[in-house]
Amino acid sequence: MAKVMQKTDVVIVGFGWTGAIMAKELTEAGLSVVALERGPMRDTYPDGSYPQVIDELTYSIRRKLFMDNSKETVTIRHTVNDTALPYRQLGAFLPGDGVGGAGLHWSGVHFRVDPVELRLRSHYEERYGKNFIPDGMTIQDFGVTYEELEPYFDFAEKVFGTSGQAWTVKGELVGKGKGGNPFAPDRSDHFPLPPQKNPVSAQLFQKAAWDVGYHPYDLPSANTSGPYTNPYGCQMGPCNFCGYCSGYVCYMYSKSSPNLNILPALRQEPGFELRAGAHVLKVNLTDDKKLATGVTYVDAQGNEIEQPADIVILGAFQFNNVRLMLLSGIGKPYDPKTGEGVVGKNFAYQNMATIKVYFDKNQHFTNPFIGAGGNGVAVDDFNADNFDHGPHGFVGGSPFWVNQAGTRPIAGVSNPSGTPNWGSQWKAAAADYYNHQLSMDSHGAHQSYRGNYLDLDPTYKDAYGMPLLRMTFDWQENDFKMTHFMVGKMKKIAEAMNPKAINVQVKSPGTHFNTVSYQTTHLNGGAIMGTDPKTSAVNRYLQSWDVHNVFVPGASAFPQGLGYNPTGLVAALTYWSARAIREQYLKNPGPLVQA
Amino acid sequence: MKTILSALALSLLASSAFAQDAAPDQALIKQGEYLARAGDCVACHTAQGGKPFAGGLPMETPIGTIYSTNITPDKSTGIGNYSFEDFDKAVRHGIAKEGYTLYPAMPYPSYARVTKEDMKALYAYFMSGVDPVTKPNQDVDIPWPLSMRWPLAAWRMLFAPEVADFTPAPGQDPVIARGAYLVEGLGHCGACHTPRGFAMQEKALSDADGKDFLAGSAPLEGWIAKSLRNDHKDGIARWDEAQLVEFLKTGRSDDMAVFGGMTQVVEHSLQYLSDEDLTAIVRYLKTLSPVHPDAQPYQRNNAVSEALVKGDESPRGAAVYIDNCNACHRSDGLGYDRAFPALAGNPVVQTDDPTSLIHIVLEGGTLPGLKHAPSTIVMPPFGWRLDDQQVADVVTFIRTSWGNKGGPVDPKAVAALRNDKNRTTSGDDVGQTAYSNQPDQTPDLR
Repeated sequence: MAKVMQKTDVVIVGFGWTGAIMAKELTEAGLSVVALERGPMRDTYPDGSYPQVIDELTYSIRRKLFMDNSKETVTIRHTVNDTALPYRQLGAFLPGDGVGGAGLHWSGVHFRVDPVELRLRSHYEERYGKNFIPDGMTIQDFGVTYEELEPYFDFAEKVFGTSGQAWTVKGELVGKGKGGNPFAPDRSDHFPLPPQKNPVSAQLFQKAAWDVGYHPYDLPSANTSGPYTNPYGCQMGPCNFCGYCSGYVCYMYSKSSPNLNILPALRQEPGFELRAGAHVLKVNLTDDKKLATGVTYVDAQGNEIEQPADIVILGAFQFNNVRLMLLSGIGKPYDPKTGEGVVGKNFAYQNMATIKVYFDKNQHFTNPFIGAGGNGVAVDDFNADNFDHGPHGFVGGSPFWVNQAGTRPIAGVSNPSGTPNWGSQWKAAAADYYNHQLSMDSHGAHQSYRGNYLDLDPTYKDAYGMPLLRMTFDWQENDFKMTHFMVGKMKKIAEAMNPKAINVQVKSPGTHFNTVSYQTTHLNGGAIMGTDPKTSAVNRYLQSWDVHNVFVPGASAFPQGLGYNPTGLVAALTYWSARAIREQYLKNPGPLVQA
Repeated sequence: MKTILSALALSLLASSAFAQDAAPDQALIKQGEYLARAGDCVACHTAQGGKPFAGGLPMETPIGTIYSTNITPDKSTGIGNYSFEDFDKAVRHGIAKEGYTLYPAMPYPSYARVTKEDMKALYAYFMSGVDPVTKPNQDVDIPWPLSMRWPLAAWRMLFAPEVADFTPAPGQDPVIARGAYLVEGLGHCGACHTPRGFAMQEKALSDADGKDFLAGSAPLEGWIAKSLRNDHKDGIARWDEAQLVEFLKTGRSDDMAVFGGMTQVVEHSLQYLSDEDLTAIVRYLKTLSPVHPDAQPYQRNNAVSEALVKGDESPRGAAVYIDNCNACHRSDGLGYDRAFPALAGNPVVQTDDPTSLIHIVLEGGTLPGLKHAPSTIVMPPFGWRLDDQQVADVVTFIRTSWGNKGGPVDPKAVAALRNDKNRTTSGDDVGQTAYSNQPDQTPDLR
């Protein structure tokens, strides 16, 4: 029999960015908030203690901050005709674990969104006609516009302490020749901090991109270009380009995280409680399944505990939000055969390609050991719908960038293709090329398809006896078309640098999704937002269509993957949803959008 | 929301039940609470992890350990049976209700100048604003004959001033007078910041007693309470009023960060004081004349920063500095505003006695999250990875670079502090145990 805790106004599942933002917004509204985080307590000290945190073996290789696959994982298969097997070793994607979630170990690239991508289906239908979108591609509009979200993007950047250069502010051109992005939508304010400095690799990219006629800009980075105090009074130090961002706790207090930018303020709130080591099993519903009554979780000692609450926020990682909805019976599960149902629908990812560029040993000292996770130079000439897709026959765009995040000693040595993988030739090449190379990515958007979805696995269970989530996912023809087009355009930048060698890493047509090699942790969809309960799991305020006191923020709400990194949109949508809870839902609890 | 409504209903019920009591003056209790904050009563009268004001905190003295007492209004073990006169006798006169003299760990020589009016507010707070806790007081761990109390009475007669309401000097600026009242009285700043004489008495209880007042102390629990007089090298001359007010309120300013025993003072006391009172405190401190009036202000010297930028690590301790300190405090020693304090020109690193700086290198420091500055910023400990020689070297480097005028430090001073059982420590700095609770960390990288 589960122990029952005292009722709270709000219970939040997961304490990453979305959980922290919701906790702050809702305690500000005077509500009592309990946040449940499955992993351990983590903070800059002791987890980011200098110099112990500068430890590639512990953090990158042994994956210290990531999901513990011995307790729970997902199963993966390519098509409905395959049998899914558990993802036992982390590879392609690295969800976080512990206080701060993936927001503690992320890199810090902090974009907004291209407005077109929020109404992707409508935009493509308007510009290219309905038939342009291939059969089986299930892209949708988000149901919210950039203009509606702009104040929340702005506030999130101020909370994160983001470094960057605006192009226009309130319609006034401010960023020309200063690192602004001419394709960026208008902003209500400047970035809170100026852009970070660019290392040699990003400077080379910038010049080469100009030379081939593209429009380079400074990446907006949630690594600070100087000391900063955010609107909550939370402080950051300046980034020193140590190169230990992604996968690490930042010891310089300079990479934005829920732990650094929000939790200190929450600690001053008497109405807030954070319980680490609390693994939520399910959301409890009333018998008619119309209302949530709280959640049941297992604490660090293995005790089953019920936490009653008036509002339930699912703030777990993308696929864990979807899994909790399926385990709890919130919303109708998606069926790929009929296309009906919504929970698990439109699971999408990222469509990456990489070009490595090698220079002569006397040319361009790129110092790859320095870096910052959010830092670099990018071009948006082929992102979103910034070019005419008509002749090319695919949907989606991609930013290109040099994002030198720091090349660490174990995994960091890369040689031109053709070099042996070991021995004296490998050593000689490593000596020649280590300090004379750079890497650029095409961080392609990824579309949603009828056959890529999430459901509960019929066979495998987690350490608590609950079914694992099953991913059914593979690359589609549109993905190959897009990434090859992008690589062709990006290669022009590489060639303009006059390198000694170029190594292009791109998926060959027909390649299947490979769980072993890392791509990104930008997983999307499964509990998507929209305007119609038949085709979306949550409404435009991230409120469950079926259980009105359940809100589901996160990239699980994205109907398809973006060209940009998702965190900025995740944060803005969470503030937008929180505002709707504060200003509408609390006054009149019930559906915020009538179905 | 149901829970919100029921909580509201409950609190309404509670306040109406309360209203039936013999209505203590809420404003007076509130004022007493504020004054108790100003006096930082909670710091000594609360054991680690214990209930507020229930006593039991051990305090090391040269003759043995004494324990603070229960000052909650509990009738059997606290001060619930104290009349106002009993309370006043203890706080301002140093004499317990039972008639014996208190150990001067209780700063009654400072409290002697608290006004009677404020005493009444404090009494109201301790009787009606504090939850009673039943917790018997703990006997002192002092061997006979030192445990006899009668010499304390003699001490009191020799060193404690006559109890009298503080009165401003004629013509004194009211703000400065308020500052003097808080600093010399309830704030009892001199308890740590004034040097002590042969009988552990504070050598001066106010500025009128001479330049020993707040001139900095010998190490206490492994920390120096620095001079609060207007000296350049190791006093507060460097900082202006706004910086000092911000420091007292938030534990930090652009180039300062609180550490050591002062951390708790900011945490439990100063962060709750009004801006007016903090300004008064600072304005008063700024009137204290320097011990060395002829000393020159800090003059920056760029030689070391320039050498470090060129990769020259030849000065003693420079290499240790680059490997351990430079990321945050920078080669120019200026740190970063509000996040990482400046070392260049900072008086706390230039005190004649280097104890505090050694201690902070060994054990690190935690800038606590506070009401007006919620971020906790931690300098990690380095004692586990640096040996005595390395610590002495880096401390010497910091004390003598960028124009700093502190002296060199001997490794023996580091060893002595490491082994000092009386200093406060979190245990993180003693060596191999630092990361014993993190099995996948390598403990010793030396």
